[in-house]
Amino acid sequence: MSTENIKDIKIDPSKFSFVNEADKLHDKKFEDKPIGYFKDAWIRFRKSKASVVAAIIILAVIAFSIIAPFCIKSHDQSFMVTTYAKNSPRIVVLRNLGFKTGYTSRDFSDRSLMKALAIGVGAEEYKGQDVSFADAMDSEYMPILEIKKITQSVGPDKKPINTYTADIETYLEVGFLYKSIEQQELESILAWEQETGKKILYPLVENNEYNMDPTDGNCWYKSDAKGNPLKEKGDKVTKIKEYDPSLILADNYKRDRDGNPVYYEYTGGGSVDTAQYKIRVLYINYYEYLYGAEPNYVFGTDAQGRDLMLRLAGGIRLSLLIAIVVSVVNFIIGAFYGSTEGYYGGVIDLIMERISDILSNVPFIVVATLFQIHLAKKVGPIPCLLFAYFTTGWIGTAYRVRTQFYRFKNQEYVMAARTLGAKDKRIIWKHIFPNSLGTIITSAALTIPSVINSESMLSYLGIVKLGSAARTSLGTLLSDAAAIWTNYPHLLFFPAVTLSLLMICFNLFGNGLRDAFNPALRGVDE
Amino acid sequence: MRMFKYVLKRIALMFFVLFVITTICFILIRILPRDLPLENSQKEVILARWEALGYNKPLLVQYGIYWKNIITKWDFGTSWYISYRKPAWDLLVSRLTPTVLINVYSLLFSIPLGLALGVYAAIKKNKWQDNVISTLVIVFISVPSYVYAFLVQYLFFFKLGWLPLQLHSLADAGNSYFTWKMFHSMIGPIIAMSFGEIAGLCRFSRAELTETLTSDYMLLARTKGLTRAQATARHAFKNAMVPVLPSIIGSFLAIMSGSMIIEQIFSVPGVGPLYLRSIATLDYDVFMLDCLFYTFIGLVGGIVIDLSYGFIDPRIRMGEK
Repeated sequence: MSTENIKDIKIDPSKFSFVNEADKLHDKKFEDKPIGYFKDAWIRFRKSKASVVAAIIILAVIAFSIIAPFCIKSHDQSFMVTTYAKNSPRIVVLRNLGFKTGYTSRDFSDRSLMKALAIGVGAEEYKGQDVSFADAMDSEYMPILEIKKITQSVGPDKKPINTYTADIETYLEVGFLYKSIEQQELESILAWEQETGKKILYPLVENNEYNMDPTDGNCWYKSDAKGNPLKEKGDKVTKIKEYDPSLILADNYKRDRDGNPVYYEYTGGGSVDTAQYKIRVLYINYYEYLYGAEPNYVFGTDAQGRDLMLRLAGGIRLSLLIAIVVSVVNFIIGAFYGSTEGYYGGVIDLIMERISDILSNVPFIVVATLFQIHLAKKVGPIPCLLFAYFTTGWIGTAYRVRTQFYRFKNQEYVMAARTLGAKDKRIIWKHIFPNSLGTIITSAALTIPSVINSESMLSYLGIVKLGSAARTSLGTLLSDAAAIWTNYPHLLFFPAVTLSLLMICFNLFGNGLRDAFNPALRGVDE
Repeated sequence: MRMFKYVLKRIALMFFVLFVITTICFILIRILPRDLPLENSQKEVILARWEALGYNKPLLVQYGIYWKNIITKWDFGTSWYISYRKPAWDLLVSRLTPTVLINVYSLLFSIPLGLALGVYAAIKKNKWQDNVISTLVIVFISVPSYVYAFLVQYLFFFKLGWLPLQLHSLADAGNSYFTWKMFHSMIGPIIAMSFGEIAGLCRFSRAELTETLTSDYMLLARTKGLTRAQATARHAFKNAMVPVLPSIIGSFLAIMSGSMIIEQIFSVPGVGPLYLRSIATLDYDVFMLDCLFYTFIGLVGGIVIDLSYGFIDPRIRMGEK
């Protein structure tokens, strides 16, 4: 009955109208933005504070390695002054503020203490006025900064021995040196002295047959064969054996007939241009004259006399560059290799897997050594090292990619793509590969610290020799320091701290990435 | 039975890989030019020996001779420079004792410490104790081992003067590696090597134990009336150790080859410095044997780790598809 009724109802079509004809209906827009895979990862990465801090530190270290060369204007990475080799950090800014800088603490005997003090006295005393040790302590050229402790002991011959523990500025300890220069340079030095008011030339010293080193000009006072200063009272000559602050040393300067000290001596050469002069220079000022700035080595100098900070910055750059190149190349090789074996499977997989099996079982150190021995002379040590990493480094990445492909290749969406006629290439790169991207990026990020570590190990062991005048690596810096760091700890300290910092931060950063790219952790801790 | 077959298959595969690597290394090493000593009499002797040993024959023939000597006489060639005319095998074996000793000591020291710290951190999960341990672990894992070596030398030799800077020579320590004096000088390298080992073990055992502590059977154990300590000791700990123990075995083999840099710093007369000297002097037979040694260690390590899973936990069946 009811159906008939419905059939009977007739409504005039003109009575129908659209609900709202005026505005079109749309789906409601999401109020928040959609969260994609990478965005999701970024949100999770941001939450892990340690990783963020690590990332910031890494950026800071990289920034240091790039900016450092621009901050030091007076010299560059290959600039080398052997006179100032192995010296501790000397920062001019701090020094001008009155801090002790560029010094080491050392024990002195009476004689060696007086020898060091005499440099400061000599720098002040040249005019002939009497300057005692105590007076010269304020001089800016005084190498002994502070005598901290005096210990007394008894020597084997029952005589008392004083041992002075003092801070000595190694840059000033060099003191006076003899130099042989030409007429022209002499004139320019004199002009420079006029201009700046700083003194380079100091009086020459009377020949002293006991002074063994012909370039050393520090023994300007009257002394005996052992270097003990002498005191002349009338005809009586006595040795000064004990340090006394009020002591005034008798100078031994070369003098002309009028009794004035001689500042330069003609040693040979005919014409005006080739005339050779022997002069005695205060090295720290001579350095400033030569290179245009006071010695300013923020991290000290290395074993050859190069600026350690610039070497370190260069080392960081080289090590990071190698690590990044290796990581990118292995990323690419691993992605191709892994996706090929994972996607095709079967015999191809079996054969490729055996190849990577064999390669992965050759110890890396053997690979690196063989490459170095065979090719280092032909293509250089850095390409050799890179080849060694390229030979075996990608296997881990390839393995991970392969596993991901095995997981995803038989899933419905891949079959759907195949049914729709997608080619292998498209399925591999568009459909399956993005799924493994997270793991690969993580492994690429973790490759960096492991490459830095193994590179530094190989250079430390001397298997890879990356050091040269123009470049160095972190491991090379460490290996240069290895034999002598006990006496010059700063040589080891700065590279070791930098390397450790980089390793810790990259590992933290990599772990953060791994957690961030793990979708299973989505929403945990919220 | 299937287990046995799997083991056999793995070992066969291992020897295949070893064979291939040996071949590659042999060719790469033998085609290198050889240096001769400057002294004439020695030079003649060496040249004559090389002629007799077939070093001037074609490469393939040399390779055949190499294998023949190994199989029939266990002869891996001769050292010409490091230790004149001493068999390479004897040289390697004589260098093995200090390396193994230091590693064993280091493991004896680091296994209990690493496990204890890891277990403690897992029990105190997310409390401050765990945070401190986990932070330290990251630091200790990341910092390269030779930095510890320098720290140890600085602290214990320069500052405190408790330990010698380097290992005593064999003659100094009474012609044996097992004397007290020798052990005393070995403490430095042992400590330096242990930091990373402890940290690694601690991290691993913490991760495993935290996972088992939150599993369902632990809840069951608690519901049936066990205290937390009992449940942890009887159920969680055992299960957590399943992956940890193989990793310990693996790490023993791994640090056999990884301690090269520590041995170099403390001048331990071990396998690592032998390898470096064989490169520096280009003593090829020794170099070749060293390469084989490191490869072999790596291969055996891999197999032992895989197999030990099956032995420790009967639930894991090896070779299953």
